Amino acid sequence: MIKFFLMVNKQGQTRLSKYYEHVEINKRTLLETEVIKSCLSRSSEQCSFIEYKDFKLIYRQYAALFIVVGVNDTENEMAIYEFIHNFVEVLDDYFSRVLRYSAV
Amino acid sequence: MPAVSKGDGMRGLAVFISDIRNCKSKEAEIKRINKELANIRSKFKGDKALDGYSKKKYVCKLLFIFLLGHDIDFGHMEAVNLLSSNKYTEKQIGYLFISVLVNSNSELIRLINNAIKNDLASRNPTFMCLALHCIANVGSREMGEAFAADIPRILVAGDSMDSVKQSAALCLLRLYKASPDLVPMGEWTARVVHLLNDQHMGVVTAAVSLITCLCKKNPDDFKTCVSLAVSRLSRIVSSASTDLQDYTYYFVPAPWLSVKLLRLLQCYPPPEDAAVKGRLVECLETVLNKAQEPPKSKKVQHSNAKNAILFETISLIIHYDSEPNLLVRACNQLGQFLQHRETNLRYLALESMCTLASSEFSHEAVKTHIDTVINALKTERDVSVRQRAADLLYAMCDRSNAKQIVSEMLRYLETADYAIREEIVLKVAILAEKYAVDYSWYVDTILNLIRIAGDYVSEEVWYRVLQIVTNRDDVQGYAAKTVFEALQAPACHENMVKVGGYILGEFGNLIAGDPRSSPPVQFSLLHSKFHLCSVATRALLLSTYIKFINLFPETKATIQGVLRAGSQLRNADVELQQRAVEYLTLSSVASTDVLATVLEEMPPFPERESSILAKLKRKKGPGAGSALDDSRRDPSSHDINGGVEPTPSTVSTPSPSADLLGLRAAPPPAAPPAPSGAGNLLVDVFSDSPATQPGLGPSPEEAFLSPGPEDIGPPIPEADELLNKFVCRNNGVLFENQLLQIGVKSEFRQNLGRMYLFYGNKTSVQFQNFSPTVVHPGDLQTHILSAWPSPAPPGLPSWQPGNRSRSLFGPLT
Repeated sequence: MIKFFLMVNKQGQTRLSKYYEHVEINKRTLLETEVIKSCLSRSSEQCSFIEYKDFKLIYRQYAALFIVVGVNDTENEMAIYEFIHNFVEVLDDYFSRVLRYSAV
Repeated sequence: MPAVSKGDGMRGLAVFISDIRNCKSKEAEIKRINKELANIRSKFKGDKALDGYSKKKYVCKLLFIFLLGHDIDFGHMEAVNLLSSNKYTEKQIGYLFISVLVNSNSELIRLINNAIKNDLASRNPTFMCLALHCIANVGSREMGEAFAADIPRILVAGDSMDSVKQSAALCLLRLYKASPDLVPMGEWTARVVHLLNDQHMGVVTAAVSLITCLCKKNPDDFKTCVSLAVSRLSRIVSSASTDLQDYTYYFVPAPWLSVKLLRLLQCYPPPEDAAVKGRLVECLETVLNKAQEPPKSKKVQHSNAKNAILFETISLIIHYDSEPNLLVRACNQLGQFLQHRETNLRYLALESMCTLASSEFSHEAVKTHIDTVINALKTERDVSVRQRAADLLYAMCDRSNAKQIVSEMLRYLETADYAIREEIVLKVAILAEKYAVDYSWYVDTILNLIRIAGDYVSEEVWYRVLQIVTNRDDVQGYAAKTVFEALQAPACHENMVKVGGYILGEFGNLIAGDPRSSPPVQFSLLHSKFHLCSVATRALLLSTYIKFINLFPETKATIQGVLRAGSQLRNADVELQQRAVEYLTLSSVASTDVLATVLEEMPPFPERESSILAKLKRKKGPGAGSALDDSRRDPSSHDINGGVEPTPSTVSTPSPSADLLGLRAAPPPAAPPAPSGAGNLLVDVFSDSPATQPGLGPSPEEAFLSPGPEDIGPPIPEADELLNKFVCRNNGVLFENQLLQIGVKSEFRQNLGRMYLFYGNKTSVQFQNFSPTVVHPGDLQTHILSAWPSPAPPGLPSWQPGNRSRSLFGPLT
């Protein structure tokens, strides 16, 4: 199950956050900073799946924007990875005049 | 659904947004926002009723301000009003507002629920969808209570549109996850399964998600979904690329739906029906075949989608664990991925192979890849991939490759991340023990572990090596020699000193013949490390010294000199001081015979489940591998000095003399020589809590100080003996006969004291009318401040066997 869906820019600011399981407000910021830290510190040769506490983070980088999805272990990681891409493509198509940079 | 283009819909909003964007500073932005808020507030309060368009515009602006991060505390009523409008755009903004700004005002909730009810009943699909989305997004308990019964009806109704069915399925899923008790299982469950046959892929996807969640709790209700899922899956997998137009993603037909179907199938065992099973196997083989074909597109998305389906297929094959050729093929496919260019695939392949390694059919096939995995362990740049490789080596280890794997893991340990070292240490310890043919190899491995990662070698690991060395005579000499050599290294980890100290204390005589390891040399080697060690280690070394006095009388004078030193006898730590004093006295007072009996070699430890496995399982959490057995913790605690908490050992059947209340710690010795009697009490006084274990196996100190290990199950001692011990103790059994056991626990602080009396029923019948009375001799009466009687006054029925009630006496001056 997808626990949360975040869009974060390279400076560490959260652009979009959607939680599918209740998490308290102050815990959210903490969670986001830690998640961002672990994603930003990875190079391109490393794989896109990180284990964090009791869930997995699957992230994908688009220019200056990171999209991070937190899942528990019932999800197929590769499917979620492509789902992120699908989501970005849908946004691209839906708001056709909007470029990715605007999300940043 | 038509997009809300703010451009042509609400110009005022667009102007507002561009104003905000153009603000140069935070203050300007806040000023602009406040201006707008004031404007909106006045408009809402105004006498003129606003028309739908303006209301929509203002509510939308409020929503935007909220998303920017400012709090909004008004506008809910207007939003709710928008819900009842007939125009789609207005309704949508209304729903959007209340989904995002959830309000707990019950009046509003009633109105919202009313509006939703109207929309659900309206038969207009867009309105129904809006309402369903709102319920799904909010998902509160009140909404659940109001609508949980209606939604299944909408879901299976014949005349619902596809989009409505989709939304209804997901809405029901959300409500079920939030409040499962509100969703009743009914006759709709059978109809839901048939949604899998629907024409519209979206409906199928939503239905699969719903069924996957529901069948976890009620697998029988949804059993029929298996055959439908199989036929759907095979239709998708074998479809040409032009079939599912909308649902083909980079030339892969319906990848997410396929993955979901495969996951649904993993909730059930393999289908019994031969036709269904045949179709499924064919389908899985097709997927595996497709993986070998050249890709239809160069894009990475195509291969990612294809591989997503492939990995899920492999998971299903592993879950079924019944088709050997499929398992072997899966293993080979994963083997190919192990050397793929992309790190993601290597990671996933290692992970899948880990589960594959535990299956009996494919274990051999997995082992053939050992060289690749070892290579991965050495050369991978990503730490998570290396960690998966280590996990896989652990899973694929068996007798044939144990030595190789253990040495590779030791090599990896030298450069591993600190965060994962403890886990690797535990794994190496378990593997070494499980597959050791030659125990000297095992001893070497553990000592290497301590040398490489001493800080991360937890107590369970070196307790285990000591247990094994004690139990096996053939390896004792070798262990003593190796430990002696290891201790000679200039920088030696403290755990090594602990292990070395213990082993030399027990088996040092085996290497005493060699002049290089003669007793004085052994002693000076240990003593050179003495001052560098922590208190616990020093305590252990003191015990070793007294054992040396017994084993090597020629060292007696030197060791006594050490014990007599002021730094020991007046040591700040109570444990060390006590040990020094007692051992010194023991060595000077006791005759050689008595000393020899007291300091006899440790008896073999009873065979127990490894506590290391339990620790590893705890570290990994509940998702630990199935190869790990459930084990009990090792009850014997070596570390008396306040480190480890004693756990109650599991008593399988309570014998009559078993301590129901866990108050009795050490078996009282039959004929104690004076120092060891004191030693026994030593154990008790320094136990951590009154609930110390009644040792099933002797803990080293108890056996050490009490004559012989046969004293394990104590007979019911005389009352006098029981009372005597209260000279030194606050807690213990006060009285015991066949029927009743009375225990007392007391605590004292300065001039105040408190006593608890515990009454235990030892019979298998109930006590009726149990009433304890406490009689205070004259003087004492005046000093007792308060007494609380037991909570079981006469007349209260049945007092269960094994029960205990208590009396509490308040502060005694």
